[in-house]
Amino acid sequence: MCRVVDLQQAVLAKNDGAARALRAELASRGTTVVNLLSSPGSGKTALLERELSLARERGVPVAALTADLATENDARRLARSGVPVKQVLTDGLCHLEAPMLGRHLDGWLPEGTRLLFVENVGNLVCPASYDLGEALRVVLASVTEGEDKPLKYPTAFGLAQLVVVTKTDIAEAVEFDEAAFRANVQRVNPGVEVLLTSVRADQGVGLLLDRALAVGSGTRAHAPVMAHQRHEGDHHGHGHGHEHGPGHTHDHDHDHDHDDHDHHGQDHGPGHGRPDPAVAQTR
Amino acid sequence: MHEMSIAMAVVGQVEEAARAGAASAVRRVELQVGELAGVVPDSLAFCFELACAGTVLEGAELVTRSVTASARCADCAGAWAVGMPPDLCCPVCGRATEVELLTGRELRILNVTWEDAPAADSCREPISEEA
Ligand SMILES: Nc1nc2c(ncn2[C@@H]2O[C@H](COP(=O)(O)OP(=O)(O)OP(=O)(O)O)[C@@H](O)[C@H]2O)c(=O)[nH]1
Ligand SMILES: [Mg+2]
Ligand SMILES: [Zn+2]
Ligand SMILES: [Zn+2]
Repeated sequence: MCRVVDLQQAVLAKNDGAARALRAELASRGTTVVNLLSSPGSGKTALLERELSLARERGVPVAALTADLATENDARRLARSGVPVKQVLTDGLCHLEAPMLGRHLDGWLPEGTRLLFVENVGNLVCPASYDLGEALRVVLASVTEGEDKPLKYPTAFGLAQLVVVTKTDIAEAVEFDEAAFRANVQRVNPGVEVLLTSVRADQGVGLLLDRALAVGSGTRAHAPVMAHQRHEGDHHGHGHGHEHGPGHTHDHDHDHDHDDHDHHGQDHGPGHGRPDPAVAQTR
Repeated sequence: MHEMSIAMAVVGQVEEAARAGAASAVRRVELQVGELAGVVPDSLAFCFELACAGTVLEGAELVTRSVTASARCADCAGAWAVGMPPDLCCPVCGRATEVELLTGRELRILNVTWEDAPAADSCREPISEEA
């Protein structure tokens, strides 16, 4: 016989759960994860290479994991900085998922790593939906990509805790309209910081490292409007007291298990408006 | 194309529930998809069909209920449909410090219609799910 079963499950509940667990575990080890998202070729590897070298010069223990569909080129470039680097080949998958990241960190991530930079697969669509347990989500866009990128990829830019413009050395040549870009970013993500960088002209290099270290030492990262959907249960007087990170895309998405009262005390993604015990321990 | 990953996640979750509920075949899956969930319904439907092949969901129908994205400004108590691309600054006071997203990020399985395995025959009405 046919019957209708009320399932009420978040589709990404498994990833979100794994991301929460990873965030808590890494926080307890003193590691802050930075998730870098952009279109292919925006300059993630180029900027990261510089930030990693700088961290090494300053004696800050950092590591990087880079994900690509194919080739180890990015890992080879990043390894020139002298810090621990790992290449992940996603085997056709266009984004990283939290359980996958967890498996790759297992037995590799050196003890005492303060910052782990994760270069996601070059793609502005899919990675945006997957929380990796990061404490800071960074979305990059090069000046060649057009000012309307934030409007074309609202989920990616809307969930960013930091926006980085790259390749400003060629901004003039491509007539990059900085004001228009900033306005578009603010429209989908009011209040998010926008940094201008160029590895060629040495502009803004080191800012990413500074921002990441600040979050690692407890400075609250930006909380995007899009990352914090009002909780379904709010009008019942519960469901307050927690907010969700940018990757925690589906707010009400803990498995409901027909018990809506179980949400408190879970650690959610970064960008909290309120202290999160799991994240607060991050040094 | 992450609609494939999403479709596979849906199928996986439904399979698990179907196994726990001793279902013999899944006929229909109803999904709630917010405007800002970052999922293209057509593409998802296409991937869903592929992901169902060879599973207990083979041939199941996917019904997507879209949810319009809306936000609210606590500063002036205004609420608006944010549109696409979304505008998350308050259209009334122009500020965004007290803006809260009300709807639009949903991506959830609402309900599933399945056939009970023959052993558990007869049409039991109560529909509540134990698993
Ligand atoms: N002019 C200029 N070119 C840059 C800059 N940063 C990166 N590039 C160039 O942009 C191209 C792509 O840079 P990558 O660092 O490989 O970009 P990516 O985002 O890591 O690319 P994927 O990993 O393939 O997605 C390379 O040819 C770089 O030399 C910059 O600041 N200025
Ligand atoms: Mg790269
Ligand atoms: Zn994809
Ligand atoms: Zn207002």
